[in-house]
Amino acid sequence: MIKSDFYTFKILRYDAKEPKKDPYFALYKIRVIPGLTVLGMLLRIRDEIDGTLSFRSSCRSAICGSCAMVINGKIDLACRTQVAVFETDTIILEPLPNFEVIKDLVVDMTPFWQMYEKVQPYLVRKSPEPEKEIYQSENDRKKIDQFVNCILCACCYGACPVLNRDENYAGPAALAKLQRFSADSRDERATGVLEKFNNEQGVWGCDTVFRCIDACPKDVRPTDGIVGLRKTLLKNKAKELLGVKEK
Amino acid sequence: MMLNHDILIVGGGLTGLRAAVGLCDKFNVGLISKVYPVRSHSIAAQGGINASLANNPDGRDDTWEKHAFDTIKGSDYLGDQNAIEIMCKEAPGVVYEMEHWGCPFSRFPDGTIAQRPFGGGGFPRTCFSADITGHSLLNTLYERAVYKKVKIYPEWFVIALCVDDGQCHGVIVLDMKSGKLIPVRAKVTIFGTGGYGRVYRNSTNALINTGSGIGMAYKAGVPLKDMEFVQFHPTTLIGTNILMTEGCRGEGGYLLNNKGERFMQKYAPGAMELAPRDIVSRCIMTEMEEGRGFEHPLGTYIQLDLRHLGEKKISERLPGIRSICIDFIGIDPVKEPIPIMPSQHYSMGGIDVNEKGASSVKGFYAAGECACVSVHGANRLGGNSLLDTIVFGKLTAQAIEEDLPKSKLKPKEKPLLALKKEMEKKISALSQPGGERPYKLAADLGAVMNEKVGIFRTKKELVQALDEVIKIKERYKKVSISSADLHMNFELQNALELENMLDVAHTIVLGALLREESRGAHFRRDFPKRNDKKWLKHTIAKIGKKGEPLISFKEVKITKYQPMERKY
Ligand SMILES: Cc1cc2nc3c(=O)[nH]c(=O)nc-3n(C[C@H](O)[C@H](O)[C@H](O)COP(=O)(O)OP(=O)(O)OC[C@H]3O[C@@H](n4cnc5c(N)ncnc54)[C@H](O)[C@@H]3O)c2cc1C
Ligand code: SF4
Ligand code: SF4
Ligand code: FES
Repeated sequence: MIKSDFYTFKILRYDAKEPKKDPYFALYKIRVIPGLTVLGMLLRIRDEIDGTLSFRSSCRSAICGSCAMVINGKIDLACRTQVAVFETDTIILEPLPNFEVIKDLVVDMTPFWQMYEKVQPYLVRKSPEPEKEIYQSENDRKKIDQFVNCILCACCYGACPVLNRDENYAGPAALAKLQRFSADSRDERATGVLEKFNNEQGVWGCDTVFRCIDACPKDVRPTDGIVGLRKTLLKNKAKELLGVKEK
Repeated sequence: MMLNHDILIVGGGLTGLRAAVGLCDKFNVGLISKVYPVRSHSIAAQGGINASLANNPDGRDDTWEKHAFDTIKGSDYLGDQNAIEIMCKEAPGVVYEMEHWGCPFSRFPDGTIAQRPFGGGGFPRTCFSADITGHSLLNTLYERAVYKKVKIYPEWFVIALCVDDGQCHGVIVLDMKSGKLIPVRAKVTIFGTGGYGRVYRNSTNALINTGSGIGMAYKAGVPLKDMEFVQFHPTTLIGTNILMTEGCRGEGGYLLNNKGERFMQKYAPGAMELAPRDIVSRCIMTEMEEGRGFEHPLGTYIQLDLRHLGEKKISERLPGIRSICIDFIGIDPVKEPIPIMPSQHYSMGGIDVNEKGASSVKGFYAAGECACVSVHGANRLGGNSLLDTIVFGKLTAQAIEEDLPKSKLKPKEKPLLALKKEMEKKISALSQPGGERPYKLAADLGAVMNEKVGIFRTKKELVQALDEVIKIKERYKKVSISSADLHMNFELQNALELENMLDVAHTIVLGALLREESRGAHFRRDFPKRNDKKWLKHTIAKIGKKGEPLISFKEVKITKYQPMERKY
């Protein structure tokens, strides 16, 4: 339900090019109609009130991962958050935590992409390619479904308490991506490759406090991925102890 | 500072990435995109990609020739048949290739890639990954680009294409993070910059789909083709116009009017809900105009009813659709019909190129939605656009791989530096205070295009639209933005995009006004019949001295399918 005709948006503003100016909250009062999203309001604020406001957006339908931010204390996508869901007519917007701010709500995603690249986020094949598709059963396809859904929005990255203390931790999205491939019946990466993440900066760094699961707008449940990777690593270890050789 | 590459690709969508992956082993390639590649609009494609794999038990006799015929008929015979044949022949190969690179397609019980029926296709040949096919394909190609270590420049916004002396020299870029203007010199420049949906007020397209690549090419003197052909998708959510994929109907969804009738029975008794998009959109408009729509504060609508498919099928095959409906309009399609209306969806027209992606300017190529080969003609079939991006991304790369080592292209610094100066001037003019804000012009443009250059067109309205677009172009000369900053200045970006949008709109309106017939998505109430004698030809728009489009025509290539009446 819409709480009043006019809403107040308090937006945290900062420009890394002017480091001497402290971050501050800018206030915008704007008329709201039912059905509008936080992104819809941001666009109107930039158009009609303050052209200098910076934020990212693209798809406006919760699929491109551009618009993650903190909305009244909760990390979410601005485009899928209805203004009317809050019990107040004041909406506070802050940039995604665990990142450096470039300007206003735009953060520098470089570390996120660096971690992503580290997990070798692609299908690894050794067998020669068949003429047609590589067969995959419906069941095997289901095993990766939740991880395939990841839109790389970094909501989880912003929510993760471990990343907050250790910037070298691989983080939920990258590990979920690793599990997406590790659990793909078609993937043939050597088991040893996972070893890179068999440590405190990898799968054992996670406190399993599930913040990432709460923050994820796509029900990816990164922690499931991390737990899955742990199991695989332990299984590999057991096999090694029993002297089973990798194919 | 001047950046140099052998090959410069603009666009991080499916087209750009596919071209980059094909070329990066042999050449010094750079890929520029105004957003991180996975934020490109390709990510939003839902329904699927066509290829005659014949995996579906109901489609065992499918062949690429049948796919080609469906595409030609769907195009209302405006598509170039040689190019369509190439695309359909390549289709199974590129789908298998994407699968080998990791694309998580949905599967049939026998482990093969699943295929569903789509509009205008005689066979169930649309391969899909649930209802996030674009997301799956784009992630796969991005993963492949990471694997191949393609040099990517994310959040670099191209603001001008440099053509001088009949040759392309590169582009001028605004690095959005640093705020620097950078000339990039390249022997070959490829545009995979996507469609122009946002020229219309109501569009299924991402906010970034302004068609600026098409506009920049036009400004640089590259001809555009068939711009009047604009696809309107029949089923988009009221209010936001978020797409409800054709897959909804492919899986068996119904369209209902306010009498509860499946009205497609009256118009296309054979294909029913799966008639091609141009036809279904017109039927929906007719139902609404004749008072058989439903009323809602967000506008008149028709129902897309999935309830009879049951919760299991909806959750398995259309999970994204279900969550979009719940998040954006508070409706669960398992329990309630979805309120839909048609809206702008796809750009059939674009930069005039051949089946190798080559334009008439040396060293300048284009592919994907920004280009017009033409494989979609007057109406694109669902599932053929994703195919277009990957096939022609690949073939353009192949053509360049063959031709570049033989060519003597020497891109020059001088025209790039001159163009950079010109852009600096333009930006500083925009930063003068006192003028109109760019969003107002964009809103006015969107309204004109929506109301006067829509699904049904008439001479009277098109003349008015032309007049209004020209007026908005005049107003553009005096727009001003709030800040002269160059970094992360999205208002500046919008203002620069707007100029291109106005040019794109101008070519659409003029083409629509001149084409006195109805073909595919272009429907003239005052000329309701197709006229092959006069109009079986492509419209070419080239910029004139004062920026106005000069129109000429080009032959349609026919191989073996003579135009017939289109019945479904
Ligand atoms: C909602 C929706 C659903 C769809 N579903 C289907 C489907 O199921 N099947 C199907 O076949 N087709 C579908 N389509 C169509 C299809 O998705 C698109 O035609 C296709 O993805 C376009 O790809 P592209 O690579 O040409 O462009 P895009 O993916 O739009 O990429 C354009 C790229 O160019 C870059 N760019 C643009 N301008 C500039 C600039 N000035 N400077 C720097 N970079 C720039 C952008 O950053 C982006 O990376 C759908 C379309 C929509 C709108
Ligand atoms: S569960 Fe692990 S990865 Fe997720 S937020 Fe907590 S610590 Fe981070
Ligand atoms: S796991 Fe979820 S929150 Fe994290 S990047 Fe992916 S979609 Fe976003
Ligand atoms: S704008 Fe794409 S996820 Fe919000």
